[in-house]
Amino acid sequence: MELFAVLQVIWWLLLGVLLIGLAVMVGMDMGVGTILRYVGRNDLERRVALNIIGPHWDGNQVWFILGGGAIFAAFPLIYATAFSGFYVVMLLLLWTMIVRPLGFEYRSKIASAKWRNVWDWTLFISGAVPMIVFGAAFGNLFHGVPFHFEWNITSVYTGSFLGLLNPFAIMTGLLALALSVMMGALTVMNGAEGAMYQRARTLVQVGAIAGIVLFAIGGFWVHAIEGYSIVSGPGAGVPQTPLQQVITRTAGGWLGNYDAHPILWLLPLVGFAGMLGALLAGRGGRSHLGWWLGALAWIGVIATAGVALFPFLLPSSSDPSVSLTVWNSSSSSLTLAWMVGFTVVFVPLILWYTSWAFWVMRGKVKADEIAHDEHAY
Amino acid sequence: MIDGTVVDLSRAQFAATALYHFLFVPLTLGLSFLLAAMETVYVTTGKPIYKQMAQFWGKLFMINFALGVATGLTMEFQFGTNWSFYSSFVGDIFGAPLAIEGLMAFFMESTFVGLMIFGWQRLSKGQHLAVTWLVALGSNLSALWILVANSFMQDPQGAVFNPQTMRMELTSLQQLIFSPDAQSKFVHTSVAGYVTGAIFVAGVSAFYMLRKRHMDLAKRSFRMAALYGVMATIGVITLGDALGFVAAHAQPTKLAAMEGLWHAEKAPMSFNLIAFPDQAQQKNYGAVQIPGLLSLLVTHSLDGTVEGVSQLERQAAGRVENGIPAVLALKTLSKDPNDPAALAQFKAHEKDLGYGFLVQRYAPDLKDVTPAQVQQAAKDTIPPVAPVFWAFRFMVGFGLLMLAFFVLAVLYTLRNKVQDKTWFLKAAVWMIPVPFLANECGWLVAELGRQPWTVFGMLPTWMSASTHSVGYMAFSLIGFVALYTTFIIVEMYLMVRAIRLGPDEPASGVGERPRPQPGLAPRAVPAIAHDTHLEG
Repeated sequence: MELFAVLQVIWWLLLGVLLIGLAVMVGMDMGVGTILRYVGRNDLERRVALNIIGPHWDGNQVWFILGGGAIFAAFPLIYATAFSGFYVVMLLLLWTMIVRPLGFEYRSKIASAKWRNVWDWTLFISGAVPMIVFGAAFGNLFHGVPFHFEWNITSVYTGSFLGLLNPFAIMTGLLALALSVMMGALTVMNGAEGAMYQRARTLVQVGAIAGIVLFAIGGFWVHAIEGYSIVSGPGAGVPQTPLQQVITRTAGGWLGNYDAHPILWLLPLVGFAGMLGALLAGRGGRSHLGWWLGALAWIGVIATAGVALFPFLLPSSSDPSVSLTVWNSSSSSLTLAWMVGFTVVFVPLILWYTSWAFWVMRGKVKADEIAHDEHAY
Repeated sequence: MIDGTVVDLSRAQFAATALYHFLFVPLTLGLSFLLAAMETVYVTTGKPIYKQMAQFWGKLFMINFALGVATGLTMEFQFGTNWSFYSSFVGDIFGAPLAIEGLMAFFMESTFVGLMIFGWQRLSKGQHLAVTWLVALGSNLSALWILVANSFMQDPQGAVFNPQTMRMELTSLQQLIFSPDAQSKFVHTSVAGYVTGAIFVAGVSAFYMLRKRHMDLAKRSFRMAALYGVMATIGVITLGDALGFVAAHAQPTKLAAMEGLWHAEKAPMSFNLIAFPDQAQQKNYGAVQIPGLLSLLVTHSLDGTVEGVSQLERQAAGRVENGIPAVLALKTLSKDPNDPAALAQFKAHEKDLGYGFLVQRYAPDLKDVTPAQVQQAAKDTIPPVAPVFWAFRFMVGFGLLMLAFFVLAVLYTLRNKVQDKTWFLKAAVWMIPVPFLANECGWLVAELGRQPWTVFGMLPTWMSASTHSVGYMAFSLIGFVALYTTFIIVEMYLMVRAIRLGPDEPASGVGERPRPQPGLAPRAVPAIAHDTHLEG
């Protein structure tokens, strides 16, 4: 294969790594936000929950920012087309996400029940809504979204906001929410004690069971959805625009890669095994093990979807032949090469110091310690 | 073609969200180094007052930091949501520094900021100091990469248009990073952040000195801020001069607008200290000039000259005409990427491609382009002169004012007299908004002065925006304004409250009674003890 094609595939894999980082790390914090009002029944309990992720949410959130930056750098046409096409959804995502830092930083600064209650609701919304949006965005990729290009590759989106809220997308949105609740609850189990620990333990099971059911439903549902395949086009490793290919749609077409390479069925299996494992570990009180199995579940779920779509990244429902693929929406060879270099150097470094930060802040968060710490949330 | 109203609304939204974001970022940049410096003194001398300082200013730092992070999210995605064509046109180049910023800088800053706040009990003195320095380093590296990206818009280095993919592509990352604009702009902007941090600390310390509160902390903080500020202000002015020198070559239209220079003059050229530029008539009213200064400033010699608006417009007209065949060739290449005649035609006219795009605004299909349309496109290459001219003068004026302030501040604080100069302390409090205003003016000079381009000389603003409807844009603009207005009210309230409470008093405490100056108070007062009413 050409070097350019290799780089394109590497960046497709790295995109998966970044999305998994986003899902695991941001998903966990958002899960805690979503369940905040349930696991924490009074102010001190809620502060315990917030202080479990307090030292880490900011670093974790960078997975989201880096996700945006990396798509921009590696697949600029996806960045340009998807984010402008999903405009109202992006606004919903951004507006709910930008109130989140304020929820963490400002909530406990004033000792007023009303003030804190407002921020608790804010943290709930900014936990649940973005996860549903992430999941729903993924679901929409399977249906394709209506867009086309003008001659100079100006993208024109012709769909509506409501069109993005189709049943399959809602299902994938709920799947993402279920997994984030499971991970958030495992995180609370890791850091809290007593009644909060027990409530979180219940939620791990709720999240995991919902995840397993929704993932299974998705697996059957996708048979009925029209999948995309490339009939002709310049192919991998060739500089091109999306105006040079022919694409067809067939029912069940998204299973083509699985039919061609049956070993790929291991990926959904990893997803189910991870969720089931997290469920059992959470039940058995082994929440740290459960957290890692939950991360494995995310890997399985995201890889399952990514492999089904490959090489498509953003199919067009209104003009299938301009669908965006790994081959026609990537950056140039030079940019991809530089970015592989930076990623290979810095992602391990990030994982290393993130692990150190978690290790420094390890252990249970004690209610009486928070009450005496003016730096706590 | 994109609706002109949509482009205007997209510009308004970008300017509003960027100017807003840029209220918080410079303070983060400046305060982070001051925090690191204070903590370094604490670790090396062991004096607890410096720990108290680091913790107190750290608390204010976080109130500001939260909004910087929140509004930064918008910026990371706004190119895609609202500047779709821009993003696909230059994403191959522009996306890289943004992604590198995340990998190299923002992860470091954000991961360690958590440890900086929560790690006081868990880390050794040395570890915590290292963490604080890493936050400062992370935020400054972050600024570096963002400004590298911005500089590409000002002076596109290290890239070329590829007709096969219909976009610009990277030819050299080194050229992109080491472009003169990127280098001088990074230092100018980040050092402007240090000035902002210094004025903030000096102003708040002066507030305490005026009220005879926390005198030890205030005097020490003031002294550090004054020394840091005077060096930083000299740095900003020096690099600002370098940046003007760079702009003279890379962006002559911006320079002509900054100086209100309508027609070329013989050397040595005079500097318009004050003038009221009239863009339609191409002349200034009420000009007060300093002879020879303009030549000295922009060419660093008395014999240097730069071009005025009228010459630049004439040159632009030629480039517009030359750019038309380049765009027409691209249209053919879009259908057949290997058409040899079209490729040859494109190569011959490639350097003026952007100017061809410029006239497409008036003649979308580029058939029968009239001389009037060419003239109109050429006129468009001049940015709005009066706002750029005045934003520049305000920025420089604020900079000189801050220099004077810091020189006095250093004199007074080194003689240990500043606490007695009531007038100066009052002035110091009033100085707090000045660097923020100067920063915003600087942004306006840089970005308004870049118009009509998003990528100078390559991509016009009018075709860069996403193809949204006016309704969507009105909706999002109103949403951002409403949300951001709420944020600033909450932030100002908490900031003023934390300042009034002062150090050593938990911010979550009730009431604002001034406390007696604590000595070496080791730990905070229980914050939760008195809000049991929150239970249940």
